[in-house]
Amino acid sequence: MSNSTTNAASEAAHQAAVAQSSTILSVKDLTMQFGGLVAVNGVSLKVGDGQIVSIIGPNGAGKTTVFNCLSGFYTPTSGIIRFQGREIQGMPDFKISRLGMVRTFQHVRLFSNMTVIENLLVAQHRHVNTSLLAGLFKSSDYRQKEEQAMHRARYWLDKVNLTKLANREAGNLAYGQQRRLEIARCMVTEPQLLMLDEPAAGLNPKETKDLDNLIVSLKEDYHVSVLLIEHDMNLVMGISDAIYVINQGQPLAAGSPDQIRNNPEVIKAYLGEA
Amino acid sequence: MKKNLNHALFTALITFIVSFPLLGLNLVPSGTFLTIDPADAGQFVYIFGAVILVFVFQLFRDQIMGILQGIPRPSLPESMHLSQLPQEKRNRFENGFTLAIVVIALIWPFLVSRGAIDLATLVLIYVMLGLGLNIVVGLAGLLDLGYVAFYAVGAYSYALLSEYFGMSFWLALPIGGLMAALFGFILGFPVLRLRGDYLAIVTLGFGEIIRILLNNLTELTGGPNGIPGIPKPTLFGMEFGRRVKEEGNTLFHDVFGIAYDSSYKVIFLYVLALLLVLFTIFVIRRLVRMPVGRAWEALREDEIACRSLGLNRTAIKLSAFTIGAAFAGFAGCFFAARQGFISPESFTFIESAIILAIVVLGGMGSQMGVILAAIAMTVLPELAREFQEYRMLMFGLMMVLMMVWRPQGLLPAKRPHLELSDVK
Repeated sequence: MSNSTTNAASEAAHQAAVAQSSTILSVKDLTMQFGGLVAVNGVSLKVGDGQIVSIIGPNGAGKTTVFNCLSGFYTPTSGIIRFQGREIQGMPDFKISRLGMVRTFQHVRLFSNMTVIENLLVAQHRHVNTSLLAGLFKSSDYRQKEEQAMHRARYWLDKVNLTKLANREAGNLAYGQQRRLEIARCMVTEPQLLMLDEPAAGLNPKETKDLDNLIVSLKEDYHVSVLLIEHDMNLVMGISDAIYVINQGQPLAAGSPDQIRNNPEVIKAYLGEA
Repeated sequence: MKKNLNHALFTALITFIVSFPLLGLNLVPSGTFLTIDPADAGQFVYIFGAVILVFVFQLFRDQIMGILQGIPRPSLPESMHLSQLPQEKRNRFENGFTLAIVVIALIWPFLVSRGAIDLATLVLIYVMLGLGLNIVVGLAGLLDLGYVAFYAVGAYSYALLSEYFGMSFWLALPIGGLMAALFGFILGFPVLRLRGDYLAIVTLGFGEIIRILLNNLTELTGGPNGIPGIPKPTLFGMEFGRRVKEEGNTLFHDVFGIAYDSSYKVIFLYVLALLLVLFTIFVIRRLVRMPVGRAWEALREDEIACRSLGLNRTAIKLSAFTIGAAFAGFAGCFFAARQGFISPESFTFIESAIILAIVVLGGMGSQMGVILAAIAMTVLPELAREFQEYRMLMFGLMMVLMMVWRPQGLLPAKRPHLELSDVK
């Protein structure tokens, strides 16, 4: 009985939190089935404009599957995904990304044999002039766009503190630097919504603290909304505006960090039955 | 040691099993039958020599490979290492080096024999092919074993257009490139989802399909007999033959009032090939630094990351196939014009393999490496001509040694150094 009341209360609080700002991403009854296996079942969530929203849950809960559905890598079995009011379920991945919804991966996926700066230039493909003739004859529009791309890359290199390594191959960077580069690579695409899949995995406490500051700065200085999957509870509780908990593909709870921290069902899911 | 001994015994046995029936037995026709006779004693000496050689090599393999590894690798002296120089000096050095090569290439035909010019022209054709395939394999990372198909499309485009429509070389050259590009595009579609080994097999099949088509469309292409009498390119309507072949054309030696010399034609073809190669190098250098070139390399590195960043992999793969094929088309057009005769036999799988070897040997993605490798792959077999049937054997041995010594290729690709703009 107590569960249902806390759930209802958290739901109400959450609605209030979301209502403060307009919604950038809303997901309704998202279900993903692989053959007989239901990996995600009826997950709904909302990300308000300029909010940091986290998805947490035990390993194998289906968090990354949700990300894959949102970013178009999977076509969801059912459910509605709206990004800035537009239905995007079933759209090809690269088109979703061009709408301004960019993700990172659980395992770093850099272009490891290319230099740091090249990684940032590739990511700006949709901003530059990709016409063959313009490039071959170096038209003024082409040169201008390339210069802008270079500026943007330089700006984000400074921001994530990798300027000195600009011409190093990305694969030779330290792990923490690769993580930061991956975020910078997303940011040069100028997204409205950034989806980070376990960005703190494998980072030491100092690096996690830096990451914490970076994410908050993305929200406050660049007004980017962030959807976060993370296991590091300090990070999640510290920066999230709202948290969704998924367990075995099912939505378990939703609410503010405080509500989630004290939710007995969440504690049970994480620690097991007493 | 014991493991090596077993292994050595086994390989020696295999050597014996393979070589004995081939070398140790002779088939002698007697009447309507064949009788099997043992070969003479000399052959058996060879067989057992081979068996012992294999046995000893396998037994002491670790030591021998150790010695091979120990041989100093060819490298520039320390002071000449480019990576050690500051960026500006390095650029200047590289520019000077490139200029020197172009100058040497330009005065080359006036210094050497006719045969050497001919060979140099052949080298240039392979440079063009290597650079084109380098886009597909080296940059975009798509293993293409049927690249010769586009070469064939280019060659047949010119041959057929000139035979049926009397089209000139200069008009057919862009059309040949476009036709090859079109075929590259057509091949690109079914293989969009394939990678690595699977892609290699499909492209291999595509190469064979084109060759077999050319072989069997006898009414159009002349089948295995090929197409003879393809006109040579002209220079502003000037022909390089002794007599005018096509009405309205003039003769090069007439116009300039000099005596006829057959070497003018050879030199002209060489210069033409050189111009085509310079054009190819220029265009590809630009492409690599353009968004599309960066996207090719990104696709080779990580396709999933590309998709997540809004890069359309379909468009990128198709552009790599199409543009790579176009250069093979140009090369094919020129090849048809130079030879004056083409048949499907010029476009067999071994050609694809040689072009691929040029790309791998040169260093994937590296333009200068591909050029060097094209020279090596074309000139060395010519130099080794005196060894007759051992030529291909030596060729193979050379490639094995190359891969042991420099697995990344002659001149591995270097990442471009980009100057950062200052943020105000």
